[in-house]
Amino acid sequence: MRKLIAISFVVWMAAFAAPSARAVQPDEIMADPVKEARARDLSRELRCMVCQNQSIDDSEAPLARDLRLLVRERIAAGDSDSQVIDFLVVRYGEFVLLKPRFERQTLLLWLLTPLALAGGGLALWMHGRRRAKSGAGDDRSEPGLSAEEEARLQRLIAVEPPPENPA
Amino acid sequence: MIAETGHYALVLALALALIQSTVPILGARLRDGALMNVARSTALAQLLFVALSFAALVMLHVTSDFSVVNVFENSHSLKPLIYKITGVWGNHEGSMLLWVSILALFGGLVAGFGNNLPISLRAHVLAVQAWIASAFYLFILITSNPFLRIADPPIEGRDLNPVLQDIGLAVHPPMLYLGYVGFSISFSFAIAALIEGRIDAAWARWVRPWTLVAWIFLTLGIAMGSYWAYYELGWGGWWFWDPVENASLMPWPAGTALLHSALVMEKRNALKVWTILLSILTFSLSLLGTFLVRSGVLTSVHAFATDPTRGVFILLILCIFIGGGLTLYAWRASALKQGGLFAPISREGALVLNNLFLTTACATVFIGTLYPLALEVVTGDKISVGAPFFNLTFAPLFVPLMIAVPFGPMLAWKRGDLVAAAQRLLAAGVAALVAIAMLWAWTGGGSTLAPLAIGLAVFVIAGALSDLAERTGAFRTPFAIAARRARGLPRSTWGSAFAHAGVGVALIGIVCETTWNSEHIATMRPDDVAKVAGYDLKLDGLTQAQGPNFREMVAQFTVTLDGRRLAVMTPSKRNFTTRGSSTTEAALLTRGASQLYISLGELTGDGAIAVRIYHKPLVLLIWLGPILMAFGGLLSLSDRRLRVGAPKPAKAMRGLQAAE
Repeated sequence: MRKLIAISFVVWMAAFAAPSARAVQPDEIMADPVKEARARDLSRELRCMVCQNQSIDDSEAPLARDLRLLVRERIAAGDSDSQVIDFLVVRYGEFVLLKPRFERQTLLLWLLTPLALAGGGLALWMHGRRRAKSGAGDDRSEPGLSAEEEARLQRLIAVEPPPENPA
Repeated sequence: MIAETGHYALVLALALALIQSTVPILGARLRDGALMNVARSTALAQLLFVALSFAALVMLHVTSDFSVVNVFENSHSLKPLIYKITGVWGNHEGSMLLWVSILALFGGLVAGFGNNLPISLRAHVLAVQAWIASAFYLFILITSNPFLRIADPPIEGRDLNPVLQDIGLAVHPPMLYLGYVGFSISFSFAIAALIEGRIDAAWARWVRPWTLVAWIFLTLGIAMGSYWAYYELGWGGWWFWDPVENASLMPWPAGTALLHSALVMEKRNALKVWTILLSILTFSLSLLGTFLVRSGVLTSVHAFATDPTRGVFILLILCIFIGGGLTLYAWRASALKQGGLFAPISREGALVLNNLFLTTACATVFIGTLYPLALEVVTGDKISVGAPFFNLTFAPLFVPLMIAVPFGPMLAWKRGDLVAAAQRLLAAGVAALVAIAMLWAWTGGGSTLAPLAIGLAVFVIAGALSDLAERTGAFRTPFAIAARRARGLPRSTWGSAFAHAGVGVALIGIVCETTWNSEHIATMRPDDVAKVAGYDLKLDGLTQAQGPNFREMVAQFTVTLDGRRLAVMTPSKRNFTTRGSSTTEAALLTRGASQLYISLGELTGDGAIAVRIYHKPLVLLIWLGPILMAFGGLLSLSDRRLRVGAPKPAKAMRGLQAAE
């Protein structure tokens, strides 16, 4: 399925045939390595809106470059990480976040994993208890084989192995 | 003439599939051996005709017959032969034909090697296979016919998408499809069991090896795809959590869970109902992957409108098979008898835990991929779910799973002893702690998470080794005895040890690559030197070259380490004139399991070039892990027990066969 990503990537190239630029250009890098590292970390959480699920850190689209420069501009202006994110969300909406915020409409998205794990665990535990109980019950209700049955069983075993797959 | 032959062969395959979908079922109802055996001949004949059809399309591509639309749109007379062949499945129509060819191949294998299956089970399995095949033949013939002609044949083709002109296309899609479609066998067996209303020993014995085959190919297919993306797309990433990638990933955790639950079923006759459900789910996810990728719904909901017939058709197939499968399950599963009992602390219990985590992981990928889509349809709000989400939700699930992995093989069936297992894993635990401490000291306490994760990986690998040591009595008994015992161990034991160690190896690669990756982005002129991770890379110069169907600009770098000349690296940018698009060919230098990676950017006006250089420590382990897993699967597949103990049909059934 890689190829389909590749195809979308090329479709995208055709759409934005402007001189393609690689992600994070040398001229974008900030002088302060600490601030640059912050910018990179933030870039990885922001989506290039014209690409297929690429972060602006990976993307080559001109828009991604604009966003990268914008992020660095805000950092240079002294914004904190969350201020930069808020600034971009106000401008471009939640769509820009690759990690959606924990809100009412993303409750299911975030909670499914823990719920599935807890629910699955609970179901297993209940199932195990029920089966253990019914299994124990069976033991009590079913006495062992009678002497006659034992003898018959021995006879059967001695004669030939039973076919494994009765039709 | 070749195109028409191929088209006609496909129509005949459809006709055969329709017979195969009905007659054997009728035969099973009437208990008529001859009618049931029709399935075998039709499955083999179907394989023949699909193979003919596929060969015809390959022939058309090789001879560059541009009077066929599919060839015109995806080929070029100057394209190297290998890419003419791989280009057959580098497009929608051709890849669908590959899909059904592999489906027919699996059907033919069941027909050819299924002599020891109960005849009615074989008839049902092949009939279900034929339902799937009929649906996809119809899909191809109605909406995606690769054999359509152009009234006015052009003189030259449009060429294949340049990114696909790579050896990766020869390996990755066929592997992936062998995996995807391979799960159709477990699906067909599950549906057959539900129709027949019983599961016997033959069922379990058969499902496990087929699942294993599919899983081996899927594992390799995903890993190869990831490596292809890594070197071809040119920004050094190997997994993007892209929806299309996720769609191909989902069957993997489900299939891995299926593999383990089928093991419980085979050995202990337990978890039957769950195994049936997993078989249905795994193939459903494969179908969903096929649908998501082809309908275009993932890029945007509106892309649906660009080709409504294809999207709707394949959605219909999806609904019929998933909906039908699950309905049949809901209706008939209660008729299946529950299997053996086991205590929570037991081999079975460990495998159930494995299933819980793997299915949750699968559900996480599922919701992360489809939630934005559903939300947009329901509320109109657009959100994105990307790598940071999955790193937070998917990755943590593997921590408890990987802690549990070494315990599984140490526990006894039915009732295990956790304390004894822990004692046997003491050495592995110590090895993990030593690894954590050493890494901590070495990195100066930089990252907390990375040493812990590597410790976990070491625990998994050492755990797999201790299992082998425990079983052979190495270190306790003389070497000769241990070696003899090692030879005597079932291959499946070796297989699971390799596969589990592979998980640990892949984790080490992932952690090292993400944590200690060094990157150097710069604009370089000839004779400039870049320093990355101790290596000096000198740009010698830029040259132009002409390839068969592209022009390329090649940069030459000389790599030196401590003044010693190591190698010359030549990354390039290729420009494909026919499509007017370009690709970046990264240059890779492998040093042990680590790699240097150079990818070129744009030329600036004054002769300098933008360059990205990465040093990726132990990156190759990311793909070595899955290769080990697949190798483990292969070992397990070659286990004699899977063949020698294969159930024989009952005598009555032999009589029926003789009557055919």
